[in-house]
Amino acid sequence: MTSGQPSTEHLLRELTPLVLGAVVRRFRDFAAAEDAVQEALLAAAKQWPEEGLPDNPRAWLTQVAFRRMTDQIRSESARRRREGEIALEASRAPEATTTIDAAAEEDDTLVLLFMCCHPALTLSSAIALTLRAVGGLTTAEIAKAFLVPESTMAQRISRAKQSIKDSGIPFELPTTEERAQRLHAVLHVLYLIFNEGYTSSAGAQLQRVELSREAIRLTRSLRNRLSNDAETAGLLALMLLTDARRVARTTGEGELIPLMHQDRALWDKSQIAEGVALISAALPKGSVGPYQLQAAIAAVHDEAEQAEDTDWPQILALYDLLKRMSDNPIVALNHAIAAAMVHGPAKGLALVDALKADARMANHHRLDAVRAHLLEMAGDCDGAVKHYRAAAGKTGSLPERNYLLMQAARLSNRLNLVDEQE
Amino acid sequence: MKYMLMMNTMKAGTGGLAWPQKDLRAHVAFMMGLNKELRESGELVFAEGLSFPDQAKLVRAGKNGLPITDGVFPESKEFLAGYWIVDVVTPERAYALAARISAAPGPGGIPLDMPIEVRPVMSSPPPEML
Repeated sequence: MTSGQPSTEHLLRELTPLVLGAVVRRFRDFAAAEDAVQEALLAAAKQWPEEGLPDNPRAWLTQVAFRRMTDQIRSESARRRREGEIALEASRAPEATTTIDAAAEEDDTLVLLFMCCHPALTLSSAIALTLRAVGGLTTAEIAKAFLVPESTMAQRISRAKQSIKDSGIPFELPTTEERAQRLHAVLHVLYLIFNEGYTSSAGAQLQRVELSREAIRLTRSLRNRLSNDAETAGLLALMLLTDARRVARTTGEGELIPLMHQDRALWDKSQIAEGVALISAALPKGSVGPYQLQAAIAAVHDEAEQAEDTDWPQILALYDLLKRMSDNPIVALNHAIAAAMVHGPAKGLALVDALKADARMANHHRLDAVRAHLLEMAGDCDGAVKHYRAAAGKTGSLPERNYLLMQAARLSNRLNLVDEQE
Repeated sequence: MKYMLMMNTMKAGTGGLAWPQKDLRAHVAFMMGLNKELRESGELVFAEGLSFPDQAKLVRAGKNGLPITDGVFPESKEFLAGYWIVDVVTPERAYALAARISAAPGPGGIPLDMPIEVRPVMSSPPPEML
């Protein structure tokens, strides 16, 4: 859809889950409906910019998708006569413009999100399917964002749809008992999409920034439907508060700039304001979860005019809570940094030492990276250089490796100067 | 996670140049089947086979910046015959694929036991830096 007008593209993405919901409810075949809607979207992306917007874009899309479905069922039933009954039913499909049930359509976006993020799917399949079926991105766009060939992404999506078929996931909202766990899966997928886009390196920046924008859009749409769910609001706040710093996070050449050295004038004030308002409204609701806590931490950072003004005791208190809530060693590492900022590097280093016993962290580059940072704070430049380099040797991220090597080089340069003076 | 799987072949047995047709066919079918499978599983990013080492040149810039070409070191016992970039869920999956490639059928259908170098591609997103 890159050839279309931005407004057409935006409209198509907004309409995708509504149209898909209508088609699935009508034909009860998610996999085929999803293909039919994609075809309708591609047709619209081609025709609308040339011929102008139809009066009712949504009805236009729904009708085209209905027609594709009907055609497909007809041709299939010609092959397999036993499906004649379905074809007959399909030929009686009502005109798409007639009935649009507002309540059902609100639900459709939700149902689709729950379906695409079902725990039966692998995370990479869930991510791809969510972006296509709910986000309205084309396979080519998704493939580009994840730097894989289009055919590979197409297979991933078709396998995801096959898994949905095989596991017989119904097209309906999860039951009350399942709901919390299923919502957790949805939030996790949205969070991963955001992260993939937000943490992009310079090379692929343009495509991948799009992913974080999509994640924010989808989370916002989820939040509009679940306005009472504090964790959904927390996730949206976390995304906004993190994304607000995106421009300041790298140099023009794609070199990483740590939070404490970022030019805060570049931060997006309106996104920060929206994020702060969301998290401030969510926290008092009393069902505090990990996304709300992470958003609260991001808010404390974002509200500091300068790095020195950061309210580290509050961040430490929030990490204390977060650490109790989730058994995540990366959280424990960040907690150690906050503890160092409040109580000094010795305290942080002791906490980092305690993490060495954790099998998940034993060979993790972040353990070395944080230790290096804290050793530098403590004035042990030799030790810091050693651990920056160890971390650089283990990371799987090129920008991070460059950053860590640069830190090591900066410190060893300083060490050499000291040697020369002596 | 993306990994590059590099298939190294012993120079001494340069490729299947002198293999019986049956064995050659089995080898080619194995490789094509594997690539098809990887495409269908949504894991294949890229795969290429490389020409035999007698086509290879080592290139350096001369003082004027122009290329100076040379043959590949004759003493190297192994050479890169082909490579895959796969996008997989775990490193174990990458190792399992490498093991299958390693055991590709050679003369007489006997597994070649080629060394496959598995290298993570630096494609992970960097974390938030405080």
